Amino acid sequence: MASLHTFANPARFLKLARPLTPPLFWAGVLLIAYGVWGGLARTPPDYLQGETVRILYIHVPTAWLGMAGWSGIAVSSLTFLVWRHPLAMIAARAIALPGAAFAALCLATGSIWGRPTWGTWWQWDGRLTSMLLLFFVYLGFMALTRADDDRGGDGRIPAIYGIAGSVLLPIIRYSVVWWNTLHQGQSIGLTSSKIDATILWPLWFTLSGFTCFFAAIVLMRMRTILARTKAEARMRRMAHVVDVAV
Amino acid sequence: MNPWPFVMAAYALTGVVSVGLAAWSFVAMRRSEKR
Repeated sequence: MASLHTFANPARFLKLARPLTPPLFWAGVLLIAYGVWGGLARTPPDYLQGETVRILYIHVPTAWLGMAGWSGIAVSSLTFLVWRHPLAMIAARAIALPGAAFAALCLATGSIWGRPTWGTWWQWDGRLTSMLLLFFVYLGFMALTRADDDRGGDGRIPAIYGIAGSVLLPIIRYSVVWWNTLHQGQSIGLTSSKIDATILWPLWFTLSGFTCFFAAIVLMRMRTILARTKAEARMRRMAHVVDVAV
Repeated sequence: MNPWPFVMAAYALTGVVSVGLAAWSFVAMRRSEKR
């Protein structure tokens, strides 16, 4: 826990984030490029789905990041509420936009995959609907943080919303078990998979690549928020000096 | 039904959004840190 408090210092955080951003970003790009090349050119078509199975290599990472992003927001919000670290709320705000973008990409790539596979772009089933709800919850969080900033709030309301929104995560995860859905059940686990290894291997590259890419974007956005906060504080100090002089 | 237009559309959309997100985040970071 002591390391968490040390890391929550913005100056120490920046000392770590600045050198970490470029290698994370380029590692992500290289891993994605290799995974995409493998997925498009080096794997056989699926015996049932044919070539459309190749959408797997981008659809699964976008779904993972859409959900992992909200997990990050929930953990950051809880950290903010318990220990009052402003950096935790900055992290939550930084995650919101890329998280929403990847949730939207998950819905879009899933829809594109659904048309040739299921014969429809959209179905109001448990998995698709709960993922769409998560996307709207992301939009709500972004609107709430902006409104909280505008009224000079302390970030508590968005943090409570961040924790409350995490109720969707198990619903998305188990939607294919609880309800009879068009979406397939879980086929990839940590220790085993129903997908043959000849088709599965590029997924590990795109998954790890998109995760590094996402982390680099979050770091960039955290650095942006910190720099803006610093500039605004400087402007306020200057305005105070001018007021005193007048 | 030819599957390749669907595969390519999914990859192109993901590529465009990812590049756009990275470029926007990078430009915003550089501008803010220069101020």
